[in-house]
Amino acid sequence: MTNERDVKGRIFDIQRYSIHDGPGIRTIVFFKGCGLRCRWCCNPESQRRDPEQMERGGRVETVGRDATVAEVMAEILRDLPYYKRSGGGVTLSGGECMLQPDFAAALLAACRAAGLHTAVETAGFAPRENIERVLPLVDLVLMDLKHTDPDKHRAWCGQPNDRIIDNVRYIAAHARETVVRVPVIPGFNDDEPTVRSIARFAASLPGVRELHLLPYHRLGYDKYIGLGRPYGMGDVPPLSQERARALLSVAEESGLACRIGG
Amino acid sequence: MNKQTLPFTLPQTPRVRRMVEHLYAKMPEIEPYRAELVTESYRATEGLPLVRRRSAAYRRILEGLPVVIRPEELIVGSNSVAPRGCQTYPEYSWEWLEAELDTVATREADPFFISEDTKARLRAVHPYWKGKTTSELAAANMDPLALDVFLHHGVFTVGNYFYNGVGHLCVDYPRVIREGYRGIEREALDRLDRLCPAAPDYAERRNLLLAVVETSEATIAYAGRYAALARDMAEKEKDPTRRSELEQIALTCDRVPAEGARSFREACQAFWFVQQLLQMESSGHSISPGRFDQYMYPYYKADLEAGRITPEQAQELIDCVWIKLNDLNKVRDAESAKGFAGYGLFQNLIVGGQTRDGRDATNDLSYMCLEAAMHVRLSQPSLSIRVWDGSPQDLLLKAASVTREGLGLPAYYNDGIIIPAMTARGIPLEEARDYCIIGCVEPQVAGKTDGWHDAAFFNMCRPLELVFSNGVDRGVQIGPRTGELSALDTFEKFFDAYKQQEAAMIRLLVNAINAVDAAHAARCPLPFQSSMVADCMERGRCVQEGGAHYNFSGPQGFGIANMTDALLAVRELVYQQKKYTLSGLKEALQKNYGRGLPAERALELTVAVAAELTQNGKAPADREIRAVYERLTRDSASTPAERAVYDAMLRDMDALPHYGNDIEEVDLFAREVAYTYTREIEKYRNHRGGIFQAGLYPVSANVPLGAQTGATPDGRLACTPIADGVGPVSGRDRKGPTAAANSVARLDHGIASNGTLFNQKFHPSALAGMESLAKFVALIRGFFDQKGMHMQFNVVSRETLLDAQKHPEKYKSLVVRVAGYSALFTTLSRSLQDDINARTEHAFDR
Repeated sequence: MTNERDVKGRIFDIQRYSIHDGPGIRTIVFFKGCGLRCRWCCNPESQRRDPEQMERGGRVETVGRDATVAEVMAEILRDLPYYKRSGGGVTLSGGECMLQPDFAAALLAACRAAGLHTAVETAGFAPRENIERVLPLVDLVLMDLKHTDPDKHRAWCGQPNDRIIDNVRYIAAHARETVVRVPVIPGFNDDEPTVRSIARFAASLPGVRELHLLPYHRLGYDKYIGLGRPYGMGDVPPLSQERARALLSVAEESGLACRIGG
Repeated sequence: MNKQTLPFTLPQTPRVRRMVEHLYAKMPEIEPYRAELVTESYRATEGLPLVRRRSAAYRRILEGLPVVIRPEELIVGSNSVAPRGCQTYPEYSWEWLEAELDTVATREADPFFISEDTKARLRAVHPYWKGKTTSELAAANMDPLALDVFLHHGVFTVGNYFYNGVGHLCVDYPRVIREGYRGIEREALDRLDRLCPAAPDYAERRNLLLAVVETSEATIAYAGRYAALARDMAEKEKDPTRRSELEQIALTCDRVPAEGARSFREACQAFWFVQQLLQMESSGHSISPGRFDQYMYPYYKADLEAGRITPEQAQELIDCVWIKLNDLNKVRDAESAKGFAGYGLFQNLIVGGQTRDGRDATNDLSYMCLEAAMHVRLSQPSLSIRVWDGSPQDLLLKAASVTREGLGLPAYYNDGIIIPAMTARGIPLEEARDYCIIGCVEPQVAGKTDGWHDAAFFNMCRPLELVFSNGVDRGVQIGPRTGELSALDTFEKFFDAYKQQEAAMIRLLVNAINAVDAAHAARCPLPFQSSMVADCMERGRCVQEGGAHYNFSGPQGFGIANMTDALLAVRELVYQQKKYTLSGLKEALQKNYGRGLPAERALELTVAVAAELTQNGKAPADREIRAVYERLTRDSASTPAERAVYDAMLRDMDALPHYGNDIEEVDLFAREVAYTYTREIEKYRNHRGGIFQAGLYPVSANVPLGAQTGATPDGRLACTPIADGVGPVSGRDRKGPTAAANSVARLDHGIASNGTLFNQKFHPSALAGMESLAKFVALIRGFFDQKGMHMQFNVVSRETLLDAQKHPEKYKSLVVRVAGYSALFTTLSRSLQDDINARTEHAFDR
């Protein structure tokens, strides 16, 4: 049996002083590989499992590398003084961290052993057994919920949402704490009925008390160019503050504590 | 939505807004009054002992200086008739002003209006001072090589106190507020009574005590002139509200600073006269109010409890004091003005921290001082906050909300390292707990210290250039011969050569500082200032003569980040990988990595070559000199092939691990590099009986002194700025603010007891919302847990963000965070940067 600390995973970034992805100051470990292909995805380099070349700031870099739990922990623990002072910890993001359950579980277990708060950001598109395996090690799930309509979901994310909805129910029922996060994408889910429907569904889930609206932004655009891929959102402008505020009031009808941003 | 409000969010009154507008309505002006009065007094007192000439001059200035009460003022006392005007101080130096009289109004950095009448009046008095100034004596006191290195080689500068007064102290404000100048005068008279006529130092003691009596009387009389003026103005005032305010001002000035203050208003006025007049006696800046929230609180509390004042009224008085702090000004020579751009006086005022017995010292005024900074939105006071485990979270959140405004205020200080650093210098624990900050970052015990902080700037990059030139700079052998490059066959030898060059330059630095120090003692003792610093009256000596209880000299080194990266590059690329030779590297540096040399630098090198030729008995003709210059400007811009080689070299340097990325090995080397300065400095003593202690910060001298420094092996190009403070080279820290902070925390801050400075640049979006503020506070606390000393933040403005788009290399480390998103700000294209900038517009209320 391999030592848990030698378990390897495929990641593409470790970002320190992250302040919008769970409580306190956090280090985000970005996993590589995702089953969805959301048009607006701001981390397109996270989608494919294989390492790839991406041009960034005039330089071509290889995105994606394999790292052991021990290596990632060494990086994570550097910010221990800041986690302590802020009640922060570690967030696994991606990509879809639930697609690498061995690595995610070993990493989260190591974080737990170090006394760190753990969070995952997941879209829920993963086999149930993976989720069952990882979930007990997580203090907070940032649960992406993009749409309640399967056809719309398939058209914009490349997959239907039935399995996701199923997993969301499971996660909400079993996680210590779940916050629902809704990327608000013009033309996809930025109309009031859709937001109302998502918020209502979120409010119906056991244990969910909080919902975050994450307004669409174009910050992933350069990466698509750097990867030589077309940008699926074209020149749709970012969601305005006013629109985000209007939708916030709609979401608040559900009775959940809602806010804009993470 | 998070609508949590912070304590003491009091409104800015219309009066405060109008007063700020009035203050900044016109360009500041140079006035002739002080120069004329001091000259008149000096002419009349030539036979008197020096310290009494100084007190007589102080009295004469305060008798003759016009008194003025500006519209709506509640706290009065101005050093100039025009708002933000300034007087001049020819006893320190005047030649530069004489030379710049016709250009001072049109120069780029800190221009001053000056009328033809003022010019004529200054020209009339200046000749008197020929041969009598501190700067002339300082030059005469200096070792000739030290003087040459200071003036011509850009290794260090002692220019600040060479041309001006010293300042840089915090006097015993609480005593003046409590007892008034009558109390101080009583002590002087009492000591005169008890003075033993047979004492060997009878004359010095008596002269100082008589001088203190005179400055006390003069100060009281000066306040009397304000009382009279206020009465006069009240009589003519039609508006009844303003009339009663003026009558109140008259009553206040009748009482203080002669006697002790009985109210918060009187305490504010007494404080102000001290602060103002210290800067009339001498041109020294960084006259620091220190722990204002501590010594003012009893007066506020008593008034509040007795129902004599409301928090709103007290806040307005504090705001008025803040405005007065911005009313003072100082004209510097054109070159220094570049280094201090922004008319800075560095009057450091600090809130929070601990009491002498180690409890948290925060009170209502701590919050109200932070609030005042938001109300006036001006550079003064240089607001600071002490942080320790017991600091209330609300206070730090309030401070962070001020930081977010982008004023560059407040600066954060760590009790956890400053107190032990001070006790290590022999200061008792209780006094160390009571420390305040002087000027930029320099800790001291208020009311009893002459720290001579900011004694000089020392450019740590220049000794490395001397290693490459075997001690020769601009044709002169200023450093030791540490060997031909071929002889430096191990990195240990190379590093040792650097240390030798640095040690030799530090010896000259110490010589230059002590020469200036001695000149101030011999020509400009300050009895008014000395009357408020222990133990001057006891010892019968002014501060400048070693009268203070604690004496230090604190010159600051800068360039740690560049030297760390540069020395590691040499170790790695020359000695380990053997990819380049030292002589190849030397050539690359001389040719500025094939990027050509700015004209100024080429000129310097031409001078060097000419000097070398002359030394060797081959004095060149003008034509030959011109040829050398042309070759330098032309040939340093290399052929494409050469340029490609240098580009590859720069890439190799860039690819190495750098300071600022939380790499333990690199950071511990930076610690060693810092020791080459901090440990060397402490070997020396000053002429006031104190020791030298190092600081690590450049204020903004990293720019002008960087302009005099050639290319360095960290890939820094010639004449570009040197890294700021103890922070990483701009743009070389790529792992975010916590990683940079961890690197900086690995330096030994405890030994740099004259202060260290760590700036971070934040995008305003990273501080949006109360939760982000709390995380920001945790960043500061986490850095301080690791024994960092100081932190200050540049939350960039819209203008700066535009600059960031034009010069992305300067802003590579700008902190930007978006939920679930991985990227660096400067790798984004312009339009996306615009998106991020737009996100911040409304973000603060979140």
